[in-house]
Amino acid sequence: MINIAIFGFGAVGKGVAEVLHYKKELIEGFIGKYKVVAITDSKGSLIDEKGLNLMEAIKIKKNKGFSGMKTLEVIEKVDFDVAIEVTPTNVHSGEPGLKHIVKSMDKGANVITSNKGPLVKAFKKLERLAEKKGVSFMYEATVGGAMPIIKLAKNDLAGNEIRVIKGVLNGTCNYILTRMEREKMTYSQVLSEAQELKIAEADPSYDVEGIDSAAKLVILANSIMRMDASFEDVEITGITKITPESFEVAGNKNYTIRLIAEANKEKGFLKVSPRLVPHHHPLAIEGTMNAALIRTDLAGDIVVMGKGAGKYETASAIVSDLIEIYRRD
Amino acid sequence: MPVISIVVELLDKPGQLLNTLEPISKGGGNIISIIHQRDKITPLKRVPVEISFSVEDQKDAMRIIEKIKERGVIVKSYNELRLLATTSVMLIGHIVKTDLSDTINRIDSTGFAEVVDMEMSMPELNRPSTAMITISATRQDKLDEALDILREICKTKNLLLVEPINEEL
Ligand SMILES: NC(=O)c1ccc[n+]([C@@H]2O[C@H](COP(=O)([O-])OP(=O)(O)OC[C@H]3O[C@@H](n4cnc5c(N)ncnc54)[C@H](OP(=O)(O)O)[C@@H]3O)[C@@H](O)[C@H]2O)c1
Repeated sequence: MINIAIFGFGAVGKGVAEVLHYKKELIEGFIGKYKVVAITDSKGSLIDEKGLNLMEAIKIKKNKGFSGMKTLEVIEKVDFDVAIEVTPTNVHSGEPGLKHIVKSMDKGANVITSNKGPLVKAFKKLERLAEKKGVSFMYEATVGGAMPIIKLAKNDLAGNEIRVIKGVLNGTCNYILTRMEREKMTYSQVLSEAQELKIAEADPSYDVEGIDSAAKLVILANSIMRMDASFEDVEITGITKITPESFEVAGNKNYTIRLIAEANKEKGFLKVSPRLVPHHHPLAIEGTMNAALIRTDLAGDIVVMGKGAGKYETASAIVSDLIEIYRRD
Repeated sequence: MPVISIVVELLDKPGQLLNTLEPISKGGGNIISIIHQRDKITPLKRVPVEISFSVEDQKDAMRIIEKIKERGVIVKSYNELRLLATTSVMLIGHIVKTDLSDTINRIDSTGFAEVVDMEMSMPELNRPSTAMITISATRQDKLDEALDILREICKTKNLLLVEPINEEL
């Protein structure tokens, strides 16, 4: 029996809970019996060592909210085999996720996360700790949501050296740029539209200034390119200065404009910036999609594409990590 | 089609020239002329030979020259007979106010690169304008150098420089 703890019960946490509930039979076919023994949010937790009813948990969260033990206490007191860490990202401190991950690993639990903060802040430390404790540390959901990239690089492209990654890693920016181009709207017009549609946050700076893309780039550089990168190494330019006319002028030369995150091991740089992308190029994707072009020494160029966010899309990446850890042959 | 001129130093022995010409024709180059510079024979008794050929694009030329070098042939010099490397970049911001002609001059005055094309869009006064400029240079590394200069200019003039993704796909 695999005991699961979920830290953070927002969009992603609930998405994971729903998938673990509705697809239980399928998932157990891969990994054997499991149950969720703890769920926490910022205010408290739900605990049941015999296994929580996940649909009930979502109702409780909605109606009266959680109370009682907070996450750190839960890690100390509750017995679990794997932590699913899905609290908010803070790329500067890594908290609260960093402490949750370290403490969980310390007690010998595997960790799966969608939280970029801890990886941006302390990738090496976490990798070493996982190794020392003999636990798995999985983070497919941190980059590109449902788009497979980390396990793709580690498994299917094993034996390759990844030299360059260029990617559209932020769906919000890509949506804004696509709409500006299509509808000839200004940046601020499209932004308010995106906020209404909940594609952009009330405070959009994290996305539009390129910070989110840079965080994902640092994770890719460290995890699958072995570049030993930190957030400060990324030269970041966001999309706020792009004008509707720029698309017209670019279009005359058959280009569009996309926010591209590039990790270049050959030339040794990390950069997030708006770039001219030929219309036929695979990274000239539209809407909230994410895409990445991976340049390898053996396999040549590989392109992946997929939904970069959304609760089920992100849950897909998390559940695939869970299956990767526990898959029975 | 770019025309390339290289000077190789060959030993005065049979088969030497063929050894050099083969990679050119195999690499898709068309040989235009071969000039033995017997008057410029080197102290080690090598004969400089100037070979001109045309190729589809500059990358083919670089590949051909690598192949020639791999055969142990000394390639003394390599010249394009035209501006070969070209790229388009976009500038967004107060382009006119920050002295556009100065920006262009600083590229043109390098001697190895020049602005060969420009398209501008100026909405209203005081709103940022957009320009797409095409820069050509004698060689790829010179083009990179010109771009470095442009990056610096844009930093000091607070212009957004949108560079191409540079992908040979
Ligand atoms: N949404 C996506 O599509 C997506 C995609 C990829 C990656 N991610 C990443 O996944 C993570 C979760 O995203 P989300 O969209 O689910 O965020 P969210 O909706 O804001 O949910 C965050 C959850 O974490 C809880 N939390 C905050 N501090 C906590 C603490 N100290 N201990 C335990 N729980 C705490 C919050 O509690 P309250 O409910 O009490 O506020 C909330 O339930 C983030 O790091 C995000 O960057 C999200």
